Amino acid sequence: MSGWPWRSAGYLLTSAAIGAGAGLHAWAFARVWGGPGPSAAALLLVPLLGTAWVVSAYERLRLPLVMDRATLLRSRGTLREIAYGLVAVLLLWWIDLGVLGVAAGLPLFLMAAPLQPTANAAVAWSLAVLGVVLLPIAAYPVATWAGVRAAMARAVLMPGDSELHRVIESRARLVDAFEVERRRIERDLHDGAQQRLVTLAMRLGLTGLDLPPESKAAREVREARDQVRLALAEIRELIHDIHPRVLTDVGLEAAVRDVAGRSMVPVDVDVVLPVRLSTQVETTAYFAVCEALANVSKHSGAASAGVRGRLVDGRLVMEIRDDGTGGADADAGGTGLVGIADRLAVVDGRMELHSPAGGPTVLRMEIPCDP
Amino acid sequence: MRPLRLVIAEDSVLLREGLAGLLERFGHEVLAAVGDATSLVAAVADHRPDAIVVDVRMPPGNTDDGLRAAHALRSAYPDLAVLVLSQYVSQGYASELIASSASGAGLGYLLKDRIAEVEEFITALDDVAGGGTVVDPEVVRQLLSRRHAPMQRLSPKEREVLQLIAEGRSNAAIARRLVVTEATVSKRIAAIFTKLDLAQAPDDHRRVLAVLAYLGS
Repeated sequence: MSGWPWRSAGYLLTSAAIGAGAGLHAWAFARVWGGPGPSAAALLLVPLLGTAWVVSAYERLRLPLVMDRATLLRSRGTLREIAYGLVAVLLLWWIDLGVLGVAAGLPLFLMAAPLQPTANAAVAWSLAVLGVVLLPIAAYPVATWAGVRAAMARAVLMPGDSELHRVIESRARLVDAFEVERRRIERDLHDGAQQRLVTLAMRLGLTGLDLPPESKAAREVREARDQVRLALAEIRELIHDIHPRVLTDVGLEAAVRDVAGRSMVPVDVDVVLPVRLSTQVETTAYFAVCEALANVSKHSGAASAGVRGRLVDGRLVMEIRDDGTGGADADAGGTGLVGIADRLAVVDGRMELHSPAGGPTVLRMEIPCDP
Repeated sequence: MRPLRLVIAEDSVLLREGLAGLLERFGHEVLAAVGDATSLVAAVADHRPDAIVVDVRMPPGNTDDGLRAAHALRSAYPDLAVLVLSQYVSQGYASELIASSASGAGLGYLLKDRIAEVEEFITALDDVAGGGTVVDPEVVRQLLSRRHAPMQRLSPKEREVLQLIAEGRSNAAIARRLVVTEATVSKRIAAIFTKLDLAQAPDDHRRVLAVLAYLGS
């Protein structure tokens, strides 16, 4: 079972705080109504509006519990936010607790049956079993209501959020377009210039065979052939830097193995992926690993490093660790870590860096993968 | 050098025809020259060649179709020698290919650039057809730039020998190249085997194991 039902239940449970606020108001209202009278009680509507405003801020704060991409815009204290807070105080909190109480409380109550001193043991235990069976089912109404509730809160409290999403998506499209263009250049070089140069080098090689080995012409041809081979080597490096062929052809695992092979520090590669991932995910992960391994070579002073990659719950999780001196700082900049974070941000991924002074350093990246 | 019966698979027409011309010039018989992996499989079934020369990247998928076809053909025809040509170096390809060569016919993995060294290219093909293993020097060069624990135990001279083995050279060729006697080469190879903890086994097999340890380390 995933953590989702628990988070939903937690989300609804935090409504108890709103309930407490509402109860306090009701109590004060009753006291004033009974004492100074109804007109004085009407004055209490002013602090109620204040509470509504606080509640709207509270609603915003707890949204990340059930929403992955909630962007926490700052409260502006607008009328709609206060109105929403008012609805939450007067109505929503007890629905939250009600749903939670009925859906989760009933199975728990049944499960507690054997603890009743007067209960018939057989009946009590079968009730308890029924409770255990019902508990997973309770997850559905809880998660559904929490989802509806969060969507409501988000629609009212974060109208600008969707706009921000559009910006994020357009940035992703832009990066994608760049990537497509890089791959086109790589393909053109590979299928065009590179093939022609290979053919040219071969023809020069063949021509050389027809010439007396020590003649001036033979030396010239050999020289020309060597120049072509240098050009080929340069194009190969260029293509590799633009977009490594092996990444396109074989995938992330082989590409990481190759980068590891080129590294000055011995790198142990343990990347096991059951399927090919999307081009964007593979490319992002690949360049991030390159950057990370370059850091290891340049800054860490490590004697060995490792790259581990797995697909966990639809997320690509990659860990790059080294036994170097540590003390890497993602905020200090200039170490390529900022570049990795930027790349990851585009595909909605994230990065964690653990690098105490004295090492070891572990860089963990997570990228969500669409199935 | 015995004439070989060959099938070539390469999607660039210019290069394919040039390659066919080159091979025929050295007395080999090109039974078929095809441009995609599917035709390669069919041509091998039709002609049963001694060896195939195959490009890694080819239609229909334009990824590593040629390499995968070569793998499939090796399991179908254990005697078939395979020389793989690639436009770029991938150690993954090299070790994968060599792992599959521990039993059976010869195998080579070369950068396409090597075709320009016409005579060396023909020699490499000949070695592969004779059951040898040929690895592009570029692969070896990249491996040598790393700091590996087991490889650290080898002396520079032994590493030199290992590099030449990885390039597919015979003991005699290594001896000529290093200007030492064949007995010296054999002694160094024995030392390499000991230092890499390779079990006593028939010489040819140990050669492959040494290269494997080299690539896998």
